[in-house]
Amino acid sequence: MAEVDLKAVRKRYPNGMEAVKGVSIAIPDKALCVLVGPSGCGKSTLLRMVAGLETISEGEISIEGRVVNQVSPTDRDIAMVFQNYALYPHMKVYDNMAYGLRNRGTPKAEIDRRVREAAATLELGHLLDRRPRELSGGQRQRVAMGRAIVRQPKVFLFDEPLSNLDAKLRGQMRVEIKRLQRELGVTSLYVTHDQLEAMTLADLLVVMNAGEVEQAGDPLEIYEKPASIFVAGFIGAPPMNLIDPASAELSGPIPAGAAKLGFRPEDAILDGFASEGGLKIRAILDGVEPVGAESYLHAHAPAGGARMIVRTAGRARMEPGTELEIRAPAEKLHWFDAAGRRI
Amino acid sequence: MSGRVVFPNKLLPYLLLAPQLAITAVFFYWPASQALKQSMQREDPFGLQTTFVGLANFRRVLADPNYLNSVKVTAVFSLSTAFLALALALPLAVMAEKVVRGKGIYRTLLIWPYAVAPAIAGMLWLFLFNPAMGTFSYLLRANGVAWDPLLKDGQAMGLVVAAAAWKQISYNFLFFVAGLQAIPRSLIEAAAIDGASGPKRFWTIVFPLLAPTTFFLLVVNTVYAFFDTFGVIHAVTQGGPGKATETLVYKVYNDGFVNLQLGSSAAQSVILMGVVILLTAIQFRYVERKVHYG
Repeated sequence: MAEVDLKAVRKRYPNGMEAVKGVSIAIPDKALCVLVGPSGCGKSTLLRMVAGLETISEGEISIEGRVVNQVSPTDRDIAMVFQNYALYPHMKVYDNMAYGLRNRGTPKAEIDRRVREAAATLELGHLLDRRPRELSGGQRQRVAMGRAIVRQPKVFLFDEPLSNLDAKLRGQMRVEIKRLQRELGVTSLYVTHDQLEAMTLADLLVVMNAGEVEQAGDPLEIYEKPASIFVAGFIGAPPMNLIDPASAELSGPIPAGAAKLGFRPEDAILDGFASEGGLKIRAILDGVEPVGAESYLHAHAPAGGARMIVRTAGRARMEPGTELEIRAPAEKLHWFDAAGRRI
Repeated sequence: MSGRVVFPNKLLPYLLLAPQLAITAVFFYWPASQALKQSMQREDPFGLQTTFVGLANFRRVLADPNYLNSVKVTAVFSLSTAFLALALALPLAVMAEKVVRGKGIYRTLLIWPYAVAPAIAGMLWLFLFNPAMGTFSYLLRANGVAWDPLLKDGQAMGLVVAAAAWKQISYNFLFFVAGLQAIPRSLIEAAAIDGASGPKRFWTIVFPLLAPTTFFLLVVNTVYAFFDTFGVIHAVTQGGPGKATETLVYKVYNDGFVNLQLGSSAAQSVILMGVVILLTAIQFRYVERKVHYG
């Protein structure tokens, strides 16, 4: 049962900068937990603290119930996939994968069996005699995965492993990582700044901002009920529209203390009727972004100037400057208070 | 063809190159051709007559047991100096990398010896280890070591090797520090996670990745020990005791300017020139095809 437990973890640098400000996360056994947030939010630092590459200023990290604060990375029984893959350039693919096992004194036959098995899983069988510089980006990424897999560790750590790949390959590898993680049943912590990656991979999604956890939970639940304006703007692409309630026509009660009103681009309706208690706002079209199956209309409200995006099916043919009437049903509205918290 | 500059005047490019060409001609080609000419001549004792003798000087030099001894001395001296300078610079660079506070100060202090002229470096070591007045000689003798580099071959060799290597450590240190900095941190971290302890990490990851730097330095240090250590040897032992520290370069000087055997000295320097060309070729070939990792 390799659950990973973070209790009020803090990271303070000697210059007084606090990168992680008291983060508590409980990752259940076999779960894939994704840390997502903008750059500089402390997600990578947190991952490196779990790996043992950064010291823990305060708080406690435990793996399988054992506190590992003072345990070296070597003895934590973890494997990590780095953003730049960190393959050993002077070793062949085979040796890259075998290195960790050799260091731990695994018998030769066992090493060979495990490396070949992992290579087969990742379709690297024909590349075992190559050196990293002779591989493509996608192949290097696979070798990095293979190096993590052969070790059969308690925990996998992924530090933005797909950010150096092109979009198509990234999509493929995303599915593959998810499949591998399921099959192997290894508790994983995955860091990314890509919210799409986060949404599709996570069993447990943790949205971080400025060293703190903004919201943690099931990805779809976070999507449907963002706990703050930050989460609402970060999760979902294009992001949620946020407007001043006073600039819109609202039929229905406004919650007490409401300072911002949000609705997702796909919940906006251009023509037809929104249900009782819905929102209606006038906007001027700035431009249309056709992406094929759907189009995104970028518009701004004449009153207050708030920018909005509306998703419509198919190809919208409209001239910039057209006046739109945007509606959204009451049950799809998100209310936030002045501090940015969900009401 | 882009980036190619066309001069309006046909003469101008040659004029611009002229100073450099003149220096090379005056300080290299002309003396080299003189040496080549002299190496095939014999001069009478009074310097009044020279006779062309073909390759006789070379034959005599290569058959001379003193010359062969000098080759052996040079080999021992150069390899020891290069090895010692590299072996000491590497741990220093590795440790200096680990320093958190005052990294710059450590580095600067470790680079300083390079600014010391070879002869001065030699004098420093001579004073420290002079059997009559050296501080370290006193300490060594007090601890029961019969220290006398003026009489003992091995000790004299040890002293010149130490002085020559000491000066080169700084240079090597600088390159090793640069080499270490070029190794991505994530590789070291990956190795740590892969269960490699400190020393194992060094020998299986860091050292192989430093190989290009180490090889480059090996060549440079050998060339240095061959040709740039005249000052050290001249200041410390003058090739003695006997001919125990007489390297090829020192013998060229001794035979030519002290014993006035110009033909033999010229032949020796031509041989040396061949060695330099060979070593430089190896170095260039290497630098051109620098081992590219990653």
